[in-house]
Amino acid sequence: MLIPHPLLGPRDASEFTYLGDASLMNRPDGMADGAEAAFCEYVFLRDNPAGVHRELWFHEHGDRSWLIVTRNTLTHEVLGAELAHKGGQA
Amino acid sequence: MTRISGGLIDRDAVLRFTFDGRAMEGARGDTLASALLANGVQLVGRSFKYHRPRGIFTAGSEEPNALITIGTGAAQTPNTRATMVELSDGLTAFSQNHIGGLTRDVMAVNDVLSPFLAAGFYYKTFMWPRAFWERLYEPIIRRAAGLGRLSMEADPGVYDEGYLHPDVLIVGAGGAGLMAALICGAAGLNVVLADEDMRAGGRLLAEREVLNGAPAPEWIDTVIAQLRQMGNVRIMPRTTVFGVYDHGVFGAVERHADGPVRQTLWRITAARTIVAAGAIERHIPFENNDRPGIMLSGAMRAYANRWAVTAQRNADDPIAIFTSTDDGHRTARDLIAAGVPLAGVIDTRADVPLSPDYPVFRGATVAGSKGRKGLRAIRVEGDGPARWITAGALGVTGGWNPNIALLTQRGAAPTWSEAHRAFLPTIGAGDAMMAAGAARGCGDSAMAAIADGAMIARDVVVALGKSAPDIPLPEAEAVGADRPAGDIWHVPSKRRAWVDFQNDVTVKDIALSHRENMRSVEHLKRWTTLGMATDQGKTANVTALALMAELTGKPIPETGTTRFRPPYTPVSLGVLGGGDTGAHFRPRRLTPTDAWARKQGAVFTEVGPWMRAQYFPRTGEDHWRQTVDREAMAVRSDVGICDVSTLGKIDVQGPDAAVFLDRIYAGLMSTLAVGKVRYGLMLREDGFAYDDGTCARMGDAHFVVSTTTAQAGLVFQRMEFARQCLWPDLDVSLMSVTDAWAQIAVAGPKSRVLLSRVVDDFDLGNAAFPFMACAALTVCGGLAARLFRISFSGELAYELAVPARYGNALMERLMTLGADLNVTPYGTEALGVLRIEKGHAAGNELNGQTTAQMLGLGRMVSGKKDAIGAVMSRREGLANDPRRLIGLMPIEAEGTMVAGAHLFTPDAPRNLGHDRGWVTSACYSPHMGRSIALAYLADPVEGETVIAANPIEGGELTCRVVSPHFVDPEGGRLRD
Repeated sequence: MLIPHPLLGPRDASEFTYLGDASLMNRPDGMADGAEAAFCEYVFLRDNPAGVHRELWFHEHGDRSWLIVTRNTLTHEVLGAELAHKGGQA
Repeated sequence: MTRISGGLIDRDAVLRFTFDGRAMEGARGDTLASALLANGVQLVGRSFKYHRPRGIFTAGSEEPNALITIGTGAAQTPNTRATMVELSDGLTAFSQNHIGGLTRDVMAVNDVLSPFLAAGFYYKTFMWPRAFWERLYEPIIRRAAGLGRLSMEADPGVYDEGYLHPDVLIVGAGGAGLMAALICGAAGLNVVLADEDMRAGGRLLAEREVLNGAPAPEWIDTVIAQLRQMGNVRIMPRTTVFGVYDHGVFGAVERHADGPVRQTLWRITAARTIVAAGAIERHIPFENNDRPGIMLSGAMRAYANRWAVTAQRNADDPIAIFTSTDDGHRTARDLIAAGVPLAGVIDTRADVPLSPDYPVFRGATVAGSKGRKGLRAIRVEGDGPARWITAGALGVTGGWNPNIALLTQRGAAPTWSEAHRAFLPTIGAGDAMMAAGAARGCGDSAMAAIADGAMIARDVVVALGKSAPDIPLPEAEAVGADRPAGDIWHVPSKRRAWVDFQNDVTVKDIALSHRENMRSVEHLKRWTTLGMATDQGKTANVTALALMAELTGKPIPETGTTRFRPPYTPVSLGVLGGGDTGAHFRPRRLTPTDAWARKQGAVFTEVGPWMRAQYFPRTGEDHWRQTVDREAMAVRSDVGICDVSTLGKIDVQGPDAAVFLDRIYAGLMSTLAVGKVRYGLMLREDGFAYDDGTCARMGDAHFVVSTTTAQAGLVFQRMEFARQCLWPDLDVSLMSVTDAWAQIAVAGPKSRVLLSRVVDDFDLGNAAFPFMACAALTVCGGLAARLFRISFSGELAYELAVPARYGNALMERLMTLGADLNVTPYGTEALGVLRIEKGHAAGNELNGQTTAQMLGLGRMVSGKKDAIGAVMSRREGLANDPRRLIGLMPIEAEGTMVAGAHLFTPDAPRNLGHDRGWVTSACYSPHMGRSIALAYLADPVEGETVIAANPIEGGELTCRVVSPHFVDPEGGRLRD
């Protein structure tokens, strides 16, 4: 499996570690009202789509950047990868 | 001996080998299979289920029968295919799957019992009593049904792994593959040309083709020489591309003919791939078609033309051919040309012409065979009265199936071609993986395959943005088209006719499976095990599908399809490990003071990937406890030194560093003064405790964070996640500096005195450098260093960091300068004792199930700010957890505490409902002179008595609940 790193080109998946759904980037505000309910959702609930999925990969054995990789979970096709810190809301 | 003239072997290079202990000779260029045939050996093994005598059936990797064990002792390798084993001098080979000798296998009784062993027999019989399956039936069946045996010793073979990134990967170096390589190479593309054979040429080596007016091997040699000269084509013989994976990644195993490495695992990433893997011949099942001496007609031709051997036991035994296509006649012609006696060609088609050179039985079939351990006669039917004809070997062909294995591994179903009577690969426009030559049905002649290889290669060259070079094809005589194949898939019989030789699946089994309502091909496979042997049914699948179509009355494409999975041929686990075994399983990390510690005779322990000094035994100490007690006591009374470099160190810098750390740690870090250190606890986002360590503020915008050894990498990864994914707006950067600094703990009442002897002009006094102070300074006359006044042992203590390359020298300097202070090196064991005595949490206490509340650090979770895990740590279940970290001491002084024991109120039943907690860490405390422990206990009352029950070894210990701070609970010593 290859991941098209936006800075480094196609890299082997073994250089990366996987975290999960890119919605983990949408961390709720811990000081807001109703934070506990928001955090319960954030921590425990994820969509698990059969198809296109945005997910977080860490280039651990590389440049240490976190990537948002768009991957089709049915075909394993990787549709794109972007730097998470420039990726905004997922 | 059945060696004939000609062939591509080097007769002058005689190779000696043994088969089942019998000494034999072969020649360089032989495979084990061709050498066995040359020695008149027909019977080479016993079948899987019925223990039927079996012979060599093919000349390639599709071989279902000739599974052989190579070598003895630890190097013994079972289940190799004799057709793929390159003969070498001194080779020892053994047949498999028999008890009491290959010719007198007592398990052959299974053949007589065959009515009870039909399709799905293990689902139907041996079902009762239920408990017998695992203990009795299965072990017996597994022993009786079989493959070769493992040596049960460690594999002494050396394996390697490597990566290749060609523009084009060409699988198969036959006519199509060679021509494709020539064009892609000349276009300037980087090419890998892999072939499982020891010699390039593919099917061209097995035929009597003439190219450019000379035998085909001359053209092959010319092409190989041209490819070598290009420099951008890597030719890889003995290399099986076994698997296709996502995004153009291929797995391949290269078997090395010589050298120290046995096999190499290659991961090949290619922009384009041309699969020119040729075709695999299929047979026509008939009654008793599995006798030794019966083989594929094309294999027979390959043995004659390439290896100069024939398949009978004696050279004057006549050979017969059974065919439904013109290909069988080709074999007959080649054998006649080699002077081999021919009994005739049995052709299923009535309308074929006769031959002046050999008898042709038109419109006939072979309907039976004789010869238990080697073919003696065949029964010919259909062209008059049935009769027996003497034959020492029989070649069978029912046509060729394009080798679509790799092309279907990713799931694309092949397409049925009525014209080819075979499945062709389904290739979409723009696909990165193409097929060429016989692999896509363009293999009617050598020139057809070569021309197709050229055409596909040109497409690939253009697709990769290059211009296709003008390379002429070799010249060959035009050949006429073959006559249409006969419409036959098997010769009906009331008795057994084998379809899948390796798994002993017969036509009757397929019919039975159909009667038992196995409608889908997938069910057929599971019920009969057809195609599920190590050869994946390469010679059987299409025939089985045709038989099923016949039974259902549906055309083949509606009946099902055939797909393959990786690996194409079996791959040894050894090479998949790629040499990453034993000490090479993962990199071993050594501490900066490793050389010094080894000189001290330290005993080492693995801590994750690190090798750390566990303790430093001295002469006269004959038990580790003596050593550890001495080391721990030296820290309490004098001074000890310990390498703590393995703790993670993360450098945090930037204007927003303090804000960032406030969000990482449960506690506040922004209020930390420059030159101070604070203990910090990190939580997981779900509120549980994650990791702890210290945070030192070296400057206004510069912090150094320490982590536990085990979690160093994960904490860094998590902090990078927070920086890049959660708060990218913060101006902060992170750097792991674990390997950059050697850090040495200097602990004990005399630590200040010792340190004063290495620091350059630095005031270590309590006022100038109090507990939890940190500073950048120089030591030993100008060496940049960092000093932290922190304590894990509870004593006056420091940690001194210097650039890693000076760590060993600093350790030696401290030992020399501290000789009069009884400076004592201590290892991880004493480190553990000291921290348990002081009640400091470590990995056992921070195991992912514990909370800040339980650690007694609930108040540390600041409510004034948001931090990772803060919100969830206030969840009802977590915030109200009644368990707390406590100390335990056995009531009786000689009692031994055991970590993992569970805690109960003395009169409570010992069950889960009354479980109050567990012992996390235990040790013998030299300071207390008795066994002590740390534990989590629900609603603890200091002084109460609890029972520590050991659920594994049994036994109970009565203990008293005490403060976890066994040493200096007021903390006066570390502030002194």
